[in-house]
Amino acid sequence: MAEWPTNRKYISGNVKRVDAAPKVTGKARYSSDIQANGWLYGMILRSKWPAAKILSVNLDKALKVPGIKAAVVARDGQFTVRYYGEEIAAVAGSSKQACLDALRAIEVNAQPSAGFVVHEDDGLKQDSPQVWEGTPNAGDPHVRNRGDMDSAFSECAAVIEGFYTSPVQIHNPMETHGNTVSWTDEGVTAWASTQGIGSVQDGFSGALGVDRSKVRVITDYMGGGFGSKFGPGVEGLLAAQLSKKAGAPVRLMLTRFDEALAVGNRPSSFQKIKMGALADGKLHAFQFENYGTAGIGAGADRGGGGGGVNIPAPYLYKVTNIHASQRGVAVNAGSARAFRAPGNPPASFGMECAMDDLAVKLGMDPVQFRLINDPVEIRRNEYKVGAAAIGWKDKYKKPGSSPGVVKTGIGCAGANWGGGRGSPDTQGEAQINPDGSIEIRIGVQDIGTGTKTVIAVVAAEMLGLKPEQITVKVGDTNFPPGPGSGGSATCASVSPVTFDICSNALQQLQSKSGIADARGDNWFAACKSLGVTPLKVTGQWQESLAGGPAYGVQFAEVEVDTETGLVTVKKIVAVHDCGLIIDRLTLESQINGGCIIGMGYALYEERVMDRVSGVVLNPNFETYKLSGIADVPEIEAILINMPERGVIGIGEPATIPTAGAIANAVANAIGVRVPNLPITPAKVLAALGKVPPITA
Amino acid sequence: MKKPEKETFGAVSRRTFIKGLGATAITTVAAQTAAVAQELEKANAEKVVGPGAVPVSLTVNGEKLQLQLEPRVTLLDALRNYSSLTGSKEGCDRAACGACTVLFDGAPIYSCQKLAIEAQGHEITTVEGLAKNGTLSKVQQAFIDKDALQCGYCTPGFVMSVTALLNKNPRPTLEEAKHACSGNLCRCGTHPHVIKAIFEAAGISVADKTKVIKYG
Repeated sequence: MAEWPTNRKYISGNVKRVDAAPKVTGKARYSSDIQANGWLYGMILRSKWPAAKILSVNLDKALKVPGIKAAVVARDGQFTVRYYGEEIAAVAGSSKQACLDALRAIEVNAQPSAGFVVHEDDGLKQDSPQVWEGTPNAGDPHVRNRGDMDSAFSECAAVIEGFYTSPVQIHNPMETHGNTVSWTDEGVTAWASTQGIGSVQDGFSGALGVDRSKVRVITDYMGGGFGSKFGPGVEGLLAAQLSKKAGAPVRLMLTRFDEALAVGNRPSSFQKIKMGALADGKLHAFQFENYGTAGIGAGADRGGGGGGVNIPAPYLYKVTNIHASQRGVAVNAGSARAFRAPGNPPASFGMECAMDDLAVKLGMDPVQFRLINDPVEIRRNEYKVGAAAIGWKDKYKKPGSSPGVVKTGIGCAGANWGGGRGSPDTQGEAQINPDGSIEIRIGVQDIGTGTKTVIAVVAAEMLGLKPEQITVKVGDTNFPPGPGSGGSATCASVSPVTFDICSNALQQLQSKSGIADARGDNWFAACKSLGVTPLKVTGQWQESLAGGPAYGVQFAEVEVDTETGLVTVKKIVAVHDCGLIIDRLTLESQINGGCIIGMGYALYEERVMDRVSGVVLNPNFETYKLSGIADVPEIEAILINMPERGVIGIGEPATIPTAGAIANAVANAIGVRVPNLPITPAKVLAALGKVPPITA
Repeated sequence: MKKPEKETFGAVSRRTFIKGLGATAITTVAAQTAAVAQELEKANAEKVVGPGAVPVSLTVNGEKLQLQLEPRVTLLDALRNYSSLTGSKEGCDRAACGACTVLFDGAPIYSCQKLAIEAQGHEITTVEGLAKNGTLSKVQQAFIDKDALQCGYCTPGFVMSVTALLNKNPRPTLEEAKHACSGNLCRCGTHPHVIKAIFEAAGISVADKTKVIKYG
């Protein structure tokens, strides 16, 4: 059984990102930077109606705009659009300006629907206009029952009821979705901004009817995905059609505006929780009703919430008596997609808020309450470590008891991520040249987590070389197949494969050169013995080298100005079990990033829909707020190195508990619960009774 | 701070004309109306360019770029799509994300908000122009050392903002460092490492808060 080396020089060290230099010098070519020979711009015309029948689309005038080389309608014949922003047509031309002119020249004959629905509560109503004709917007609930709830609640020493809600969150990667696509008789080449070159290859192949072997997807650099960039997207398929028509490669990158409409989001949650504990603090009864929307995606699956609406509950905890009912509500808005730890941040937020509210009612310390109820020993240990690091004993006070106008508070929350184990199907290869140079190729892509660096670190460790001596090639479907960058599984996919490639390389070099140990100082001599023929070796995934699941807890310390309602996060302590740490430096970046996206979810981010017009009201960075550098608190990462568990991905667990921890810290500061994310100043003031509550 | 703009095309630019108009208007509003209309017509007649492509000459990283651009093409678009300088990124195209930040006579600006024709006669520095003879700038090296990047798409913008900061203020405080980057967005959440990189580049040591501990 394969085992990681115990004496480690680079693994678990601080190795600088191997592709950092191209990124800081502007030499890195992202998908949106590709300038294929004779390339054209592509642009999409989107529906301005939240629901409409498109009777006809006339492209004649658009095609006459100087510089325009091709135009296509998104679908054949008459078709229905179900949300503001759905694709209607696309154009390709020699400049962005020509495309802008052409979009204005497209004539759309549409019959807007009499009704539409964009809010979850409206969608729940029996008579709400149907997003999918003939199908009720609210699906049948997915129900779980265990025990007798009435008697269970009567046995509890304390019972709380809360209604915790989280909004639709938009991925908003800095590089928008899009591709440069060339479709010729020879096949399709797509430079895709994707986190799954394999799934994009499948997508193009299936939708265009082109053999998979004739579709090549290249992603040298891509600017973030967070779960929303696995397929070619409608935009990719339109670019392909435009390319074929125009006889030229087409670069079709979405606008920032488009990002808010059509390329995914995290579903909302509306969680009604009634929960009780016995006098000893043991959770005893959990009643849960949740609904949320995945946009039009909630209409596809009726079984209790497609598109990730069905969230894990009671999340980390085991409760004897449970009644849980969840359902998805279809609305006229863009479909949800996986978003960093799908289902988990809202689950952690709702449940961990309920935990704190119940702890307060029981008169129990929230950390102590978790230690009593959390079934996972690793996480209980993390609570102890985190509590010590943030100074919980001194800082935790009775809710609302902080003196003065600006009140301080502290809170915590936990995470669980079942993924992270790696994909057994991952394969890789290396070419080792007689001059000692080595190139490792895996058909994975680096979404920004440092996948290339991980491969270089493992190979350097195994071969006794330096990371910079390893040439790593990813982002090309011509390489052996690798996984999508999702589920925190990438690191645990490529590390064991790289291990195997290197083990095989050493074995073969030994038999070819007669040198017993080809590592380190002997490497070049061993390679020289290859003569003129490079050595090619392959590698497979090794189960014994990967681990999981991952846990993790976070603590947050906040200041709340009770006159303005402004919440300032002062500090986050993030304690995560990381299995065998491959590269500490990039791991730390993952944890910072998880906390910061989680902070945005807690305090700033929300897609706002207009009930009257059905449009997204904040499709830009001025009104859809991300955490900025001035908002970012001190983040103290405590990494628990557990090499015996193998490699574990950390991208997802790091973002799960942040919002719950911050929400609990706010409640601790002001003494009342703000149960609706994002926790804006207006909601804080409303919770304090200083302004009337906002109604949608 | 940004230097005052030099106008480089047309005998009277709209800006200088309106400035002049402001001063004039204070004293002799009514009497001048007719003359103002005449002046305006004359100025416009002189400076109208386009809508077709016109020659545009840009000085980028010390080199001259001769381009044919419609007047509505932005500086960012000119760099990214009419030359091969794709280091400056487009994240929003409306002055909200900072990925397109370049130096304009030394001051950081959003290149998506500057028309290329307006940038003529000014010194433009992009991220491609920072390394000298293959040697990375201090700021670039610090970004690498502190892992102040993840996907890297916002990185050129941050690097330019930080470069401008340190050129003006070699030893910034934490507040000044944050202020300098407050016009740059990063979705990966790499901000703490950007702060570390700023101090590293400024030669100010920062404590490493991260701990690696054993289980139990």
